[in-house]
Amino acid sequence: MADPSYPDDLLYHPDHDWARLDPAQPGVATFGITWFAQDALGEVVFFDPPDVGSSVTAGEFYAEVESVKAVSDVIAPLTGEIVEVNTALADAPEAINDDPYGAGWMVRVKLADPAEADGLMDSDAYVGTL
Amino acid sequence: MTTPTLRRTPLFAAHLDANARLVPFEGWEMPVHYAEGIRAEHEAVRNAVGVFDVSHMGEVEICGADAEPFLQHVHSNDVGRMAVGGAQYALICNEDGGVLDDVFTYRLAADRFLTVTNASNHERDLEWLRSHAGGFAVRVDDAAGRYVMLAVQGPLARELVQAIADRPLPARMQAGPRIVLGCEALVCATGYTGEDGVELLLDPDDAPAIWDELLRRGAVPCGLAARDTLRLEVGYPLYGNELSPDRNPIEAGLGWACAEETRFIGSLAVGAARADGTAEKLVAFRIDGPGIARQGNPVVGGGEVTSGTMSPSLGVGIGMAYLPSERAVVGETFEIDVRGRLRSAVVASRPLYRRESRETDG
Repeated sequence: MADPSYPDDLLYHPDHDWARLDPAQPGVATFGITWFAQDALGEVVFFDPPDVGSSVTAGEFYAEVESVKAVSDVIAPLTGEIVEVNTALADAPEAINDDPYGAGWMVRVKLADPAEADGLMDSDAYVGTL
Repeated sequence: MTTPTLRRTPLFAAHLDANARLVPFEGWEMPVHYAEGIRAEHEAVRNAVGVFDVSHMGEVEICGADAEPFLQHVHSNDVGRMAVGGAQYALICNEDGGVLDDVFTYRLAADRFLTVTNASNHERDLEWLRSHAGGFAVRVDDAAGRYVMLAVQGPLARELVQAIADRPLPARMQAGPRIVLGCEALVCATGYTGEDGVELLLDPDDAPAIWDELLRRGAVPCGLAARDTLRLEVGYPLYGNELSPDRNPIEAGLGWACAEETRFIGSLAVGAARADGTAEKLVAFRIDGPGIARQGNPVVGGGEVTSGTMSPSLGVGIGMAYLPSERAVVGETFEIDVRGRLRSAVVASRPLYRRESRETDG
């Protein structure tokens, strides 16, 4: 597995989820789980994605991720509507371990209120909670 | 609330050196996996050799003139069929036929046996055995502190241990003393992975050097998570999952380990279950499609999943479940309620994984 990292260009939710605001598409964000979360889970063997078009609410779960050890809910860092899911994870869920901020992304969401992102933590603040 | 102190095996420092992820397990702080991860450990055991520290398991030494009749009384299997140097799987049952533990027993001498218990049941087993020893010329000793137990498993396991042993290893399902790396060891040709291999019972002082030598010779350190995926692929039951005081050996598919004619404790109930049949039976299954069922997931129409995981060798969700007996037949499809979502599954023959099936696939 990759070394711990918490990129500066992401916003973090205390439940170990990240959001990346898309500069090219204002109001759209990509979600995933942090290095800390994937490390705690261990090797991910299954990602159960939500449906495109369904809505997600900040602080509530929108997907399940399973490791050999356990199943965990994935918490949405922001509120909105899912516009895309990472279908590649169906065949390669281990990308969540290998590249949690890249190939391991989970969904793209059209945000209900982009200003909600102001309530998330930056990298330094999140690392301080670990 | 106080956190109970977790016990550590004599190999704790070695586990830290091997970058183990340690978790609490049955009162012990045990490696769940090491740096390379569960898949790599699982594959090592299927294709080469892995080593597990299973020192959390307990040992009970039973000796005395009545050791054999005593074990006939408390073990489900026919202990009399085990020669010196033999190994045997058995259940310890209560009067109702409920399973108190599943154990491996080694016959060290005509009047001396060593029984390996599950960590969670060790104290209860000791108490149970001692409380039923009245009238037998037998001594029941807690031997758990005397041994470190290493399971060396995989197609290359015997070869690896043979290279550091003084003479040929015991044949499969046999056990005997050997000198391993200059140290006295009880070598048992048994295991819990479906692969060839041995289990070494070692003096705790000798164990770290032997562990290091096994790793140096290529054994991959393996944790409890790989132990679980390996045993599930071959359909071995686990106490606390498939086995409990609420289940008898017949419904668990362990009638082969019960010899009612020895009149062991629980034999009348076990005999009745065998004759009359049971409402439910344990099956192995594979998930048809995505997803993984887990322990406790209900089966639609009755029954329950007792274990479930993603099979590293097969790449699908697998597990074991109790089903109503009329549905417990290979090929039967059923649905599992996995946290509100229905997953389709099919009853499969055990073992779910067979070496030859993969070799012909590959």
